[in-house]
Amino acid sequence: MNIAVTGLNATDNPGPGVPLIRSIREGEGFSGNLIGLIYDSLEPGIYMKDIASKCYLIPYPSSGLEQLYQRILQIHEKEKLDLIIPCLDSELYGFAKLQDRLSAIGIKTFLPTIDQLNIRAKDNLFDFCKSNGINVPKNILANSLQDMYSIPNNFNYPIAVKGIFYDAYIANNFEEALTAFNKLRVKWGYPIILQEFIRGDEFNVVALGDGKGNMVGAVPMRKLYITDKGKGWAGVTLDNPILMEISKKVIEKVKWRSGMELEFIKSAETGEYYLLEINPRFPAWVYLAPSAGQNLPYALVRLAMGEDVEPFTNYTSGIIFVRSSWDLITSIKEYEKIATFGEY
Amino acid sequence: MTNYIVPQNVAISDSGFLFQPATGESYTLNEIGKLIFKMLQSNSSGEQIIEKVCEEYDAEAKSVERDLEDFITQLKHYSLLKLS
Repeated sequence: MNIAVTGLNATDNPGPGVPLIRSIREGEGFSGNLIGLIYDSLEPGIYMKDIASKCYLIPYPSSGLEQLYQRILQIHEKEKLDLIIPCLDSELYGFAKLQDRLSAIGIKTFLPTIDQLNIRAKDNLFDFCKSNGINVPKNILANSLQDMYSIPNNFNYPIAVKGIFYDAYIANNFEEALTAFNKLRVKWGYPIILQEFIRGDEFNVVALGDGKGNMVGAVPMRKLYITDKGKGWAGVTLDNPILMEISKKVIEKVKWRSGMELEFIKSAETGEYYLLEINPRFPAWVYLAPSAGQNLPYALVRLAMGEDVEPFTNYTSGIIFVRSSWDLITSIKEYEKIATFGEY
Repeated sequence: MTNYIVPQNVAISDSGFLFQPATGESYTLNEIGKLIFKMLQSNSSGEQIIEKVCEEYDAEAKSVERDLEDFITQLKHYSLLKLS
């Protein structure tokens, strides 16, 4: 079996490609090749031992779908791909649009539909949660500067000001909110999400939906160490039935088909959990799932290949991951291969 | 004294390291804390705990009772103890 995976950017803002490959390699009965699809010649996953057996440069999503498709065709001719697992938020819409064309040439995917991607998007999550009885912070979509003036009628400061795809700022007054609004408007465009700020502890869940409304598995985690970019650098698996219940409900309602990460906050005031975001792919800490007893990435591979996968029923709490930084050494000759020829 | 129980999934090691698996928080208890927590886990009453601590540490019952109440308040705050 030949599986291509993106997101080999194991940097301080890591993609999930490396832990995904690591998980699949450890899948019971797995044999095959794992191929990296990369956007940059210095993605660390390229140079890691025993991760990708081969890597190919692919064009950025902004280059357009046709270019991406043509590049995949070239790679497919050499590698006879069975499955592609895209791992980055920014490429998911493109791959979701390409899934029928990929299927026609024999490449499987296991992705949500465009509608499912839209339901969990930051500008729609509030409505989805409200109509399904899931706690969610109050939220306004700002589509113009004028909308900023409606903040005092809706929230007390501080508020969270979020970009449609990435980035978030906490604003303690109107001036700070306006500065954040302008930064995000220039970088990500409209709408800007103005969200009620809930004080409390953050919790995350990695989960897998089978596309029929069933949760194949899920593992909750609490970050123990957070970098200045807000990334979890250490975390521990939890025994938390409430988080599991909410995650199951989300997957049932959306009929989610893929891996996902749910981000929650537990209000220090009420003790209730609020759903902050749904990321439409496995998180960079996904290797914690197989380490706790649920190899969700390998389960995704099996589902994509049409196998029946029994839902996981348990996992171990108290399993900790600690991320590390490690200098990989390579030569200019190796770097040349990927930078000049687009493959390694 | 009100009766309390330790939630089933809360674990304490021999060194006094305590892990709350619902929240991911961990704590370290000293010798007396560990003794009291283990007695709470085995459903000992407040009176039994006070008696044991007085005996082990040659302390006065009144001050042990006050400290025990403080300790229980802290445990409840961290969801390490709930009403039985």
